[in-house]
Amino acid sequence: MYATTYHRPSSVEEAASLFTKGTDARYLAGGHTLIPVMKQRLAAPSDVIDLAKIPSLVGIDVSADAVTIKGATTYYDIANNAQVRKVISALSNLTSTIGDPAVRYRGTIGGSIANNDPAADLPAAVVALNASVTTNKRSIAADDFFKGLFSTALDDGEIITAVTFPIPAQAAYAKFPHPASRFALTGVFVAKTKAGDVRAAVTGASQNGVMRVAAIEQALKANWSPSALDNLRIPDDGLTADIHGSAAYRANLIKVMAQRAVTAAS
Amino acid sequence: MPAVKLMVNGKPASGDVEDRTLLVQFLRDHLGLTGTHVGCDTSQCGACVVHIDGRAVKSCTVLVGQAAGANVTTIEGIARGDELHPMQAAFRDNHGLQCGFCTPGMIMSAIDIVNRHGGSVDEATVRHELEGNICRCTGYHNIVRSVLDAAGRMKVAQAAE
Ligand SMILES: Cc1cc2nc3c(=O)[nH]c(=O)nc-3n(C[C@H](O)[C@H](O)[C@H](O)COP(=O)(O)OP(=O)(O)OC[C@H]3O[C@@H](n4cnc5c(N)ncnc54)[C@H](O)[C@@H]3O)c2cc1C
Ligand code: FES
Ligand code: FES
Repeated sequence: MYATTYHRPSSVEEAASLFTKGTDARYLAGGHTLIPVMKQRLAAPSDVIDLAKIPSLVGIDVSADAVTIKGATTYYDIANNAQVRKVISALSNLTSTIGDPAVRYRGTIGGSIANNDPAADLPAAVVALNASVTTNKRSIAADDFFKGLFSTALDDGEIITAVTFPIPAQAAYAKFPHPASRFALTGVFVAKTKAGDVRAAVTGASQNGVMRVAAIEQALKANWSPSALDNLRIPDDGLTADIHGSAAYRANLIKVMAQRAVTAAS
Repeated sequence: MPAVKLMVNGKPASGDVEDRTLLVQFLRDHLGLTGTHVGCDTSQCGACVVHIDGRAVKSCTVLVGQAAGANVTTIEGIARGDELHPMQAAFRDNHGLQCGFCTPGMIMSAIDIVNRHGGSVDEATVRHELEGNICRCTGYHNIVRSVLDAAGRMKVAQAAE
């Protein structure tokens, strides 16, 4: 790792101002992507600005119709929040499958979605639940937030302060984990809103990262049951092919994981 | 960075170190606490697990600055004098180690598992929750047996307190 300067601001404003002062500053939350990348010398920030200890960035609020998770809240704290489990158990289950227990103690919601790894789990929840991402500057709809492989709508220096998830009528996430890393080889999050709309988001299957699949959404809107997808064929164009699985294998996994998710949600 | 200050195994520790210093380097190279191991240095193997404020984390993936002001516990800090921690004793009694390289991390993760799930934790949970700790020697069988044995001992010890 190259030399860097570590900062621990106590407010979002102070963090943002430290960012503008650094020549090549980066925010640090759980550090479970950024520190490995710095160790590999693929990143060499002049300054790392720790968001994890900023009190206003940690915590969870549950209201009658939404769950709001502050930007630097850890997976462990999300997975173990009793109120979240009551209203969106799919989110509790998803966060309890990320990595291993030590990863879940450190990794944060803001870090995961800012990083937008194409095999990360939380982007699927953010998109399928039609969440909104609040930053220190604005609010961004889920459909506008993820911009393909490791990119997002965030401007340089913009800080995710919270993610707000509308409470769905039914939702679940089914993931086929990579056996070594536990990242999603393919994961599908399905959600039915209280108004009867259906959203389905897939992670791990495409190099462009999280994506909605219209054919699944339409079929499930007409008939919310796993059998509604029996005759569906997902085209494999543009899907990832690597040593872990071909594009056709992932296309099939999308269907199977979507069916498992609907079963779990019902 | 001005000298970093934290508590390690109940005692104040500090050092003038570069900001890029990892917690595991600080423990091993600056404090001489070499019980915490580095197996992979890529956040995969769990040999470096220590507790920060009671949570079992990979110290190769934490900058020492992130732990400033925190309470860190390492494998050197869990015995009471000459009396081994029940988890250490159970690993010895159940042949839970061969070369011993993974053992400090295994023990620190295992204590955290029992703290979270209680003394009646079942085998499936122990196996699942040890997925961030890799052992090249044992095949895990006796590690799991050790953790389950220790869980029972920790329950008895807690009840007695
Ligand atoms: C062994 C291992 C297994 C893993 N398994 C999985 C898995 O199964 N599924 C999965 O999804 N992930 C997995 N991960 C990745 C893990 O979830 C990371 O924690 C996550 O990708 C990054 O979150 P972080 O809080 O650690 O962010 P950091 O590493 O601290 O930061 C990541 C990036 O986000 C930026 N950032 C952080 N917070 C904010 C914010 N609030 N606003 C704006 N930018 C911000 C940083 O500047 C940096 O660029 C794994 C990681 C490891 C080491
Ligand atoms: S040395 Fe830290 S996880 Fe392997
Ligand atoms: S005992 Fe040798 S690595 Fe586990």
